[in-house]
Amino acid sequence: MSGAEFVPLSLPPLLIGILAAVACALPGNFLVLRKQALIGDAISHVVLPGIVVAFLVTGTVGAGPMMLGAMGSSVVAVGLIEAIRRLGRIEPGAAMGVTFTAMFAAGVLLLEQSDTSSVHLDVEHALYGNLESLIWLDAVGWQSLLDPVALAGLPPELPRIGLTCLFVIAFTSILWRPLKISTFDEGFAATAGMPTTLIGLALVIVAALTAVAAFDAVGSIIVIAMFICPPAAARLMTNRLETQIGWSVVFAVLSAALGYVLAGYGPLWLGRDNAVSAAGMIATVSGAILALAALFGPCRTRTGAPAS
Amino acid sequence: MSVELAANMGTVPEVEALDHSPLAVRGLTVSYGQKPAVFSVDMTIQPGSMTAIIGPNGAGKSTLLKAALGIIKPLSGQVFCFGKPLAQLRDRIAYVPQRASVDWDFPTRAIDVVLMGLYRELGLLRMVRPAHRERAMACLDRVGMADFADRQIGQLSGGQQQRVFLARALAQDADLYLLDEPFAGVDAATEKAIIHVLSHLRRNGKTVVAVHHDLATVRDYFDRVFIINTRKVAEGSVETAFTEDTLQIAYGGRLATGQIDQLGLVVG
Repeated sequence: MSGAEFVPLSLPPLLIGILAAVACALPGNFLVLRKQALIGDAISHVVLPGIVVAFLVTGTVGAGPMMLGAMGSSVVAVGLIEAIRRLGRIEPGAAMGVTFTAMFAAGVLLLEQSDTSSVHLDVEHALYGNLESLIWLDAVGWQSLLDPVALAGLPPELPRIGLTCLFVIAFTSILWRPLKISTFDEGFAATAGMPTTLIGLALVIVAALTAVAAFDAVGSIIVIAMFICPPAAARLMTNRLETQIGWSVVFAVLSAALGYVLAGYGPLWLGRDNAVSAAGMIATVSGAILALAALFGPCRTRTGAPAS
Repeated sequence: MSVELAANMGTVPEVEALDHSPLAVRGLTVSYGQKPAVFSVDMTIQPGSMTAIIGPNGAGKSTLLKAALGIIKPLSGQVFCFGKPLAQLRDRIAYVPQRASVDWDFPTRAIDVVLMGLYRELGLLRMVRPAHRERAMACLDRVGMADFADRQIGQLSGGQQQRVFLARALAQDADLYLLDEPFAGVDAATEKAIIHVLSHLRRNGKTVVAVHHDLATVRDYFDRVFIINTRKVAEGSVETAFTEDTLQIAYGGRLATGQIDQLGLVVG
């Protein structure tokens, strides 16, 4: 494929997919080790009604209102979970399950009932995003990457997810030691003076921010898959956290790139004439990588369960 | 002769003043839900002593330790470390949690766990230098685990894992060592290695407090006991506080007379 075709049509969605995948996979490593991996799932369910309400109030799908809406519904969700847990005297897991499914259902209902036909906001968009439509019409080839005028026409999702990814990388590297130590041994971390509750909360908030930023561009399917699949596969490749992070980034990039290409060209190679959803294919590839790691990864035996 | 042995002989009075106790707890009450796990407990750890916290299952031994360290928030009560609030003197305390409290599948090596003990020095971003690594290796060597530095922690036996935990506490180079059931489920060699290290610490003027469950070894390993069953039952030297009477109060019918005989207590 020539640059004239690749740069405007495929480069931006490919980059957005890769950046979103990496941004989710990094905090995903800690979420998986803390056995909180489903929090990505939970967040992407909970934010939907908030985003829809934000759209209904403002009438636009701008990043600001969407973020605010997502944050608002996250707060509502936390309040609901706490209320159900206390009033119903049930365990937190059950309260979360009820809240997340109910709020997602409410979001879908709102979407279906409201007039969102004028904009890109529908159930399909919420699940699969609109990766394929994030094209860069101002580009004419590789040389456009150095052309300020053309660069100004980049889809806004690209710098947004790029910044998110940078923020996540900074968060993980600066708080590396507290994250690692408190994930392994919370009691010890507390006695060494680390604010363990705050660290856990910060991790969830960063995951939530990433989920919301990625949600807009790539949909919740990728968010859910990338929080879990690359880190889980990476864990099966190594017994060192530092190496695991490296593998998770490799797997995230591989899933995004391979998934995007397979979605666009795979059906053509098979003699069909339609491409399939890139988000769906990216998630599928990450699942396939996890399956391969689970079957052939060098560190997949569970050894660490204490004998007593 | 250590301060504490002298105290037992009546030459030096026991430390009651908060300023000198490495760890003093006043009116500590902790509750999970309705029922208190620890109720209005006072505890004064003597400097340079080796104290066993004993009591039946569910008596609040670990809870007392965790609340004293600020890991669990108590309902009420105060904790002093050398007379000051705990938060100011974290550097002087090393804590060894129960081995079963962490997931040993965690992807890390023995040496990395010991390096965690240097967190107060390294902070967020300071590089781990060869000198730090050497210190961590020396701590592993003291517990006889130098050959296992590069092993993933899940591939170690329970006793080896416990020794790695102890090595991490040694790396903290503290004055007060708090251990939660350090001998639970470990092999005889590990038990010996751990007690050797702890005795050595004590000889160097450090204070050791351990939650302990094996009454048969209390006399051999410790010079002081703190007996708890939600409330404080007894506190003092092994000779005065570790008696049939105090154990009966703490354990009630759970301790058969035969068992008490085996402990070789002075009945009086």
